[in-house]
Amino acid sequence: MQSTKGIWKVITASSVGTLIEWYDFYIFGSLSTIISQKFFPASNPTAALLSTLATFAAGFIVRPFGALVFGRLGDIIGRKYTFLLTLVLMGGSTFLIGCVPGYASIGGWAPFLVLLLRLLQGLALGGEYGGAATYVAEHAPANRRGFYTSWIQTTATLGLFLSLIVILSIRRIVGVEEFSSGNGWRYPFLLSIVLVIVSIFIRLKMKESPVFAKLKTEGKTSVNPLKESFGKRENFKMVLMALFGATMGQGVIWYTGQFYAQNFILTKCFVEYEQANTIILIALVFITPFFIVFGSLSDRWGRKNIMMLGMLLGVLLYRPIFEQLHRVSDPSLKVLKSSQSSATEKKHQPGTNADFVLVSLKTDIFEDGSVYTETTKQKLSASGEKQTPEVVKEMRLGETGRWKMISLISVMVLFVTMVYGPVAAFLVEMFPTRIRYTSMSLPYHIGNGVFGGLVPFIATLITTLPGTNYLSGLWYPIIVAGLCLIIGGLYLSNKIDKNVID
Amino acid sequence: MNAVKRFLGLVWILLGPVIIGVLVNSAYLNIDPAGKSDINKPIPWIIVIAIFTPIAIGFVIFGWYAWKGEYDGEIKT
Repeated sequence: MQSTKGIWKVITASSVGTLIEWYDFYIFGSLSTIISQKFFPASNPTAALLSTLATFAAGFIVRPFGALVFGRLGDIIGRKYTFLLTLVLMGGSTFLIGCVPGYASIGGWAPFLVLLLRLLQGLALGGEYGGAATYVAEHAPANRRGFYTSWIQTTATLGLFLSLIVILSIRRIVGVEEFSSGNGWRYPFLLSIVLVIVSIFIRLKMKESPVFAKLKTEGKTSVNPLKESFGKRENFKMVLMALFGATMGQGVIWYTGQFYAQNFILTKCFVEYEQANTIILIALVFITPFFIVFGSLSDRWGRKNIMMLGMLLGVLLYRPIFEQLHRVSDPSLKVLKSSQSSATEKKHQPGTNADFVLVSLKTDIFEDGSVYTETTKQKLSASGEKQTPEVVKEMRLGETGRWKMISLISVMVLFVTMVYGPVAAFLVEMFPTRIRYTSMSLPYHIGNGVFGGLVPFIATLITTLPGTNYLSGLWYPIIVAGLCLIIGGLYLSNKIDKNVID
Repeated sequence: MNAVKRFLGLVWILLGPVIIGVLVNSAYLNIDPAGKSDINKPIPWIIVIAIFTPIAIGFVIFGWYAWKGEYDGEIKT
């Protein structure tokens, strides 16, 4: 059994770097609306095309590709230098996104450069996780591997937490106008370089994984990890089982509980931007420790049982939970206390093709303290011709509603911790040392990047079908998690492989 | 249990091409130059189908392994 001496240094060095990589990846997603305005104007078809590529290619193609590229490197030259390289690549790309002049200054170069940097981010992310998880697992004692690797598992959620905190803080400090229209949005990207330098400094001091170092000394490292991982039947069948029996379901549960929920309360419940993000933040704070709890429990109860329970709960409870989220914010279900309406007419709005814009504002205050505002902008031509009105709805929940929403989101993040907490130990134990980095990285990134990342796209697709409603998009994560539950439940073993030196 | 694992292998083999068929059909029905949503643009569909095709092939291979009894008994993880 390996000793736990120095394990916390290993966990800190690995986790901080991985957390920063997630932070870097998320700020782009969280600021995508502003980035689109600055770099990808819809009026330019090429820029709009590059925007679509930035959204889809970074997660779906480049992340799994990064898993292969850096997984191979990690199995040949070692874990330490590979995940150091991914960190430099991610930090550098993020910092440079903050430096690229807008479309208004350099034209077509702006979207091209941002796309390139976003793809580099995806590539780096694809290589990071496998290295960090392997590095920690190969230092951890066999009977506590779930516990120690679960610290790495907190980083994806903490990275989201950090990105929201930084964005909301900078938005408050510089003001909404400067943040959205000026250069305020650049600061979260520029800040990344400081975080990355600190993390590189910490990681440089670390030694190579003892398990890998031993393998290297004995000259037993793989010459061609890609061929060994995916060309040999014995290993390839395990890669397929890891993907279809675990990471596929884990990806959709993870994405639905954190990102789809965030998007749902913003776009379907119309919760005000800052309040919506604060709700997510509080839920993340409450539930993040459960990654460690379930990681630790997986050392005693087995990895499979806990992950499958998380998927089962997601399958059974997503629809009722999302329905409750909608009900909490539905103005028609609240008791009205007072209501105000006002209308103003503006002439010759610059940048519009209307002669007049009629702005009407309706504010409803409810007994539970919630405030609902509906702003309608009706454009009119001089001849009296009306265009389709633009309606902006916003709900600011009262205390009871806010806490109900926090509780509901917390329950879904709890499912995330069940499927995500034990998964690093599970994947590490599934593959032999010489090809571990490569073999575990690919199913992980296909599960999370492709199956998880497709949640919004497929959910939108489902809602285009006749007879669907605001909950119909949930069928995608429910079906994928259900399928994974059947495959994992039937084909996976709950037995823990204690020996990772193989 | 092994018989169930093997029988379901056949289901996975059939499911792979069905998934690709559904995606191609959805792309055909939703790509619309007049539409503004991502599902109306061809690029996301090209990416999604391109990335899902090898995954679906992987699913068929997984089904084949299951059908041939590669996952019989307790699999070491």
